[in-house]
Parts: sequence; C-alpha cells; structure tokens
Amino acid sequence: MNPNNPVRIDRRVAIKWMLAVSAGAMLARGRALGGAAAGADAPVEAGYGTDPNLLKPYKAGDYWALTFNQAQRRQAAVLADIILPAEGASPSASSIGVVDFLDEWVSAPYPDNVRDRKIILDGLSWVDDESVRRFGKPYTSASDSEKISLCEEMSRSTQGQPDPGSAHAFFRLLRDLVASGYYTTPVGMRDIGYVGNMPLAKFEGPPAELIQKLGLADEVKW
Amino acid sequence: MALIDPGSVSQTYDVIVVGSGAAGGQTAYTLTMDGARVLMLEAGRNYDPRTESPMFQTPDAAPLRAQGTPEKPFGFFDATIDGGWAVPGEPYTNASRESGRDFKWWRARMLGGRTNHWGRISLRNGPYDFKPHSRDGLGFDWPISYEDVAPYYDKVEMLIGVYGTNEGLENTPNSPEGVLLPPPKARIGELLARQRGRGLGIPVIPAHRAVLSRPLDYQALPAKLHPGNAKAQRILAEDMANRVACFWATPCGRGCAIRANYQSTTVHIPPAMATGNLDILPRAMAREVTVDPAGKATGVTYIDKATGREHHVSGRVVVLAAGACETARILLNSKSSLFPGGLGNSSGLVGKYVMDTVGASWGGQIPLLESLPPHSEDGAGGDHVYTPWWLYKEQLAGKLGFARGYHVEFTTGRQMPEGFIEFGDGPRGGTSYGANLREEARRFYGSFVTFTGRGEMIPNADSYCELDPKVVDKWGIPVLRFNWKWSEHEIRQVAHMQRTFSDWITAMGCTSMDRPDPDARKAIQPGGSIIHEVGGAIMGSKPSASVTNAWSQTWDVRNVFVADGGVFASNADKNPTLTIMALAWRTADRILDELRKGNL
Repeated sequence: MNPNNPVRIDRRVAIKWMLAVSAGAMLARGRALGGAAAGADAPVEAGYGTDPNLLKPYKAGDYWALTFNQAQRRQAAVLADIILPAEGASPSASSIGVVDFLDEWVSAPYPDNVRDRKIILDGLSWVDDESVRRFGKPYTSASDSEKISLCEEMSRSTQGQPDPGSAHAFFRLLRDLVASGYYTTPVGMRDIGYVGNMPLAKFEGPPAELIQKLGLADEVKW
Repeated sequence: MALIDPGSVSQTYDVIVVGSGAAGGQTAYTLTMDGARVLMLEAGRNYDPRTESPMFQTPDAAPLRAQGTPEKPFGFFDATIDGGWAVPGEPYTNASRESGRDFKWWRARMLGGRTNHWGRISLRNGPYDFKPHSRDGLGFDWPISYEDVAPYYDKVEMLIGVYGTNEGLENTPNSPEGVLLPPPKARIGELLARQRGRGLGIPVIPAHRAVLSRPLDYQALPAKLHPGNAKAQRILAEDMANRVACFWATPCGRGCAIRANYQSTTVHIPPAMATGNLDILPRAMAREVTVDPAGKATGVTYIDKATGREHHVSGRVVVLAAGACETARILLNSKSSLFPGGLGNSSGLVGKYVMDTVGASWGGQIPLLESLPPHSEDGAGGDHVYTPWWLYKEQLAGKLGFARGYHVEFTTGRQMPEGFIEFGDGPRGGTSYGANLREEARRFYGSFVTFTGRGEMIPNADSYCELDPKVVDKWGIPVLRFNWKWSEHEIRQVAHMQRTFSDWITAMGCTSMDRPDPDARKAIQPGGSIIHEVGGAIMGSKPSASVTNAWSQTWDVRNVFVADGGVFASNADKNPTLTIMALAWRTADRILDELRKGNL
C-alpha cells in the first residue's frame, strides 16, 4: 500500500474530491499530509528548475525523458479508457492525452513522482502477469469482460488480504491519476460543470434560485 | 534612475533599502514620493507581473497538470519564481531533528518577493494585538498602540485597495468611512457556512482582501495620501488610473497582469520608479551593513549574483526589509570591531523570538452542495468571507486553556481543477471507475468545504534563528540555523480548531468525514509553513530588551531601520502583510523627518 495515502476506511467512507483549491492543498502530497516526505525540501536535479517560463504551453517530455515503452503505453491506454471511457459528448481518457500525462507523471524527478513511478510500473507488470496466469494472454489481448473483471477486483477494498492489497493501491493511484489528467483539461472541466476562467464585468454570486432552494436568502445580507 | 546593474550605481543615496516586497516596496514608495533618492537591493531577478503572469493558462498546458513540486511548491502557475522552502545554493539548517522542532524557511528571490503570490488577506491588528502582555501576561507589549498605527492602516488601505466591511467586532477594527471597497458576493458554500456557523456562535463576515472590487478613486485618493505634494499626487493619480478592477477570474496567486490586486511590483514599485528617485539593483544579495569607526552605518556590502563579485553601496540610511529572518541574518553577519556580535545586537536579541502563524485545517463533503447548477465561483480569486476570532471574552476568563485566538479562512466551491486530485473511495466503497466515476465526479465536484485556522503564536525563547557556525551559502555567506518549539498554547489552540471545524462541517450536513487526529501535535503545521514568520528584531521601549525602538530604528545604530516583520513583538492571528506595510510607511515618514532635521 502507498504509505502516504491517507484513506483510512473503517466502515465509514470519506468521500474526497480533493481539488487543489487552496494554496495549501497545492503542496506536494507528502507535505500536504503534514508528514515530512523524505527530501521534499531538497533541491531537485533535472526538474524544470525554479524559474521556468510560465506562459509557454508544455507537452509531456519537454523537461524529462518519458518512460513507457509501446506495450506499457497500450496497456495504460486500455486501463485509462476503462477508468474513463467515452460517454455521450465526453471523449475517452486516452483520446485527450491522459496516457501522455501518466507517462510524464511517472517520469518526473520529484519525490512524489519517484514514489508513484514504482507503484505504477510494478502495477502494470502485475496486471500483465496476472492476465497471463488467469487468461493465458497479456492484458491488452484479453477480452473486454476479462479486462474489466480484473479492474473490478482491483477496485475493491481488500484490507487484510496480502497480495491483492498492492493491486488495490495501484488501481486507486492509477484511477486518481487518470481522473486528475482528465478533469484538468478544458474537456474534463466542461464535463463536471466548471465554469469560469473568463473575464466578467460583474461577479453575480450564486444563482438566486439556488440561494432560495438551500434556504440561504437571509445570508446574503451583511 | 531605473533598473540598474552594479556598474551604474550612483555615488551615494539617501537611503539603501534591502528587499522589495511589502516592506521594501512600501518604504521605497513613501521615500521616493517625498523626494528621497533610494537604491533598492533585491536578491532575485527583475520580475514584471504585467508580462509574466500566467493568468488564463489551463493545467493541461503545464508540466504535471500544474501540480506543486519542490521547485514550484504552490503549483506551476504560482507567481513565485526562484523561491520556496528550498532555494538552490542558499541552504539553512535546523538545530534539532526532533519532530515539531523544525522550521521551514520560505524565500522568494524575485522583485516583489512573496507579495507576488500571497493570499491578499489584509487584516488590521486590533488594540489588544499591540498590548498582549498587558492583557494576559504573556509575550511582550509593543511600544506603540493601535492608535499610533491606525492612520497608516488607513493610508495603506487607500493606496493598495482593500475590499471588506466594517462590522465593529471586538478587536477587529473598522476602517474610516469610504476607505474600504465593497466586498464581492459570497459563494454558495460560504453562505451555507455562515448560516450553520450561527448555531455554533461563530460569526462569518466579508473578508478583507487587497483586490480592487471597483476602480480606485484616482481623483480623490492622491490628495489624501500626499497632501501638499503635487508631484506625488500627479504620479499616483496616473498610476491608479491604470489599475483595473478585478474581472472575477483567475487565482490571485498567479499574479495579476491587470494590476487588480496588490503586489509590490504592481502597486508600490511603478509609481516609485515614476518619481525618478528610485534605482533598483536586482540579483544583489546583501551580505552585511557596514559601519564607520563612529558606529554609524555607511552602506551595504552585497554579492552581485551575476558575477559572484562583492560590491559596496553607500547611503545615509540603511533600511532592512529583507523579510524577518533574512534581516536577522544580515544583522548577525554585520560584524565589526564595534559590534562583534552583529549589528543592532547589543541586547543579544537579534534572531530571537521568531514567530510564525499557527496553522491547521480540516474539511468535509457537504451533500447539500452536490450537483449544483454550473456557475462561476472564481470571484475575486481568493476568500470572500472569513471568521475573525470570536471568543475573546471566554479566553480572557480562562475558559479555553490557551491564551490567543485564531481566525478562520474558507475554501469552498467550484474552482478550476488543477494538479493531483485525490478522489478517495466512493460511496459504493472501493475505487470507482467507469460510469460510476463519471457520475460521482459530476455529483461531488464543488461540494467540499475546508476550514483553515490561522492562529497567534506567543513568542518563546526556544524559537529563534542564529548563524550556523559552519555552513555558508554558495556566495560564502554564513547561513541561518533555526530552533523551534511550540508551546502548549499553540497545541491547544490547534485542538480547538480541529473540534470547531469538525463540529462546523457536521452542522453543514457532512456525514462522511475522516475524524481529525485527536493528537493536535500531529495536526499543527511545522513552523514556517504558513510563511508568516516575524520577529527576530523585535521593537520595544528599552534597549536591553529589544532590537529597535518604536520607530523600528535599531537602538545601536541610529541610521539603520528594520521595516519588515522583524520588528513585530507579537504575531496576532491577523496576517502580517498589512501591518508590515503600515509600519513601513510610518518608519519611512520618520526617516524623512529625521533626514530633514539632519539627525541621520
């Protein structure tokens, strides 16, 4: 299990959708959890430096060499599209660059990324090995139902069981990364209903009907 | 006068200002508007928010979806460059490796310093905050009172532009009529927090933030700020007219190209430059203040980072505005036969009583806020409301078990997703994916609230910085070694935050929250995390018990002043920036006066 994953399930479920909404939450995960991720404050070699151009658009591989080979890319794409398949007007994860993001993430030199790299690369190997053991073929050659059955199993919280525990940790991290890569794009933002990043002449506050519906009409007066 | 390099430094200046953030910016502004010739030394590079702010960039255009890294701790798009808790080549050390004893030192090596990325929260200290020892017997009283600083709070608020309201709450001062700008409307989660807080006796009022909710009155304000100074009025009017009101999009932390919020680089430095009285020397790492045999400061020795060479600049007055700990470092490194323990240090108190803000936060998911109709909650790019400390009476009566209070900041709503998002396990148990994930992402997005406590730390003898006897930075300058210790007051304050936030989140209808760790020692964020470090050159009324007098003038050398948070004798829960600027303005006025009288 990822030792820095804060999810502690004890019959109750803590729902998260932890956006990097405040400065504090933007911190590297090791720090945000109040722990001292080893080396989190040490200068990093081979990163983007402390004064990168903030205006220029970047693509995966601009700053550090990528990791995935062809087989890993294919496998990551299959898993990403099981996690977020196309639906209606919303495209699949792999079609909007999420695999590039995964590759960029596991290839970065920062402490969080170095830790995640091992979990993701080990997990991809485990999935392939398990697929060969169960279905007699590598994961990308398995049938759709075989592919999904393995994901379904990995998705379950399996506390107390030895081996699948790490598969669950892998799947949860992969899911978080795929979803992060997806919902931080304009397409993903539209999907969840983020509206903004456009200059407005006036800030209107919440819609009047919403204020009524939640019984908050008295709260708008100061 | 302009942006210069070491070759074009003029012979001598009226004032050398070390640092360009809230303190250095305000000092240089006030001095140059009144005709003083100023050289500003900045350890970082020149930086222009008008051309460098990544305002509308989306995370998919950044490495790692803009996730924070040790090189860009607050995310790729954060305005800070060459800054963070680790600056390459410029280390610091900690005396203890024990948990809870370490201090993390944030620096921003860039023109404008940390004002480029700060939260813009602009709260006045109240009357109690200047006399805490008189109130509860702990810490130190300042040698000045709220009444001494109030006129400068007024001026700073008029100059930079602060939105908020006057609520007349205890120790939460009102501003004079017409000074504050109207606050933006509250977001839906903020309204819900206000309603549910009432049942717990917790007030929620509009935040005070340095963001222009409407354009500044450039016709009336300059005459109020610079009476009898036609040139200053003309320059300021022109500059204010060029600042645009907020367009209700993009986070302030990225910097503001339209100059709708306060950064030293958009508000203080442009008019100061327009006076023709300011030279700015970037990449100049101040090493020490030099003194003559009579014990008067002659100028500053610095390293030109471009060449690594040492240079000296002369001035009649030296103002240290490098940030509390960097200022302490310069003073301690300014050793001479007259001052073997460092300049201003005859009390032995330089570097002592460093304080940060006490920080902890807790959040939860609010079913009432699920699946809301899409609407923009970008707003003013930060908090619209906050909770000032509300239990002064209970605290004074000894009912709380800790002596000083905290205010509460809010994060709610539908911000632009950025960086690594942790979804946790969904309501179905296990890791959701596929159609379930899509459904949950739409349903839960924007339904979270996080309360952040920002509390007062009482100065203590175990929290200080000193020169490390062995380690030097890449310029050969001895570095700081930090010592840190929280007292029970801070730990109990955090326990109170955790209980309050958890009750409040429950009152908002949350049913799925991780319970806070009952051990507040684990919840308190390490010293330096909140980046509100002050002290280290505290002001007082006696040379034996303080580093500066009530004018932020060092007792030992009368032409050396400390304009930054170093002089704070206490660190109220109120974020320090507004007070730093008010004190810097007051100090600059004093310097101008003393220069005119020939006293410096």
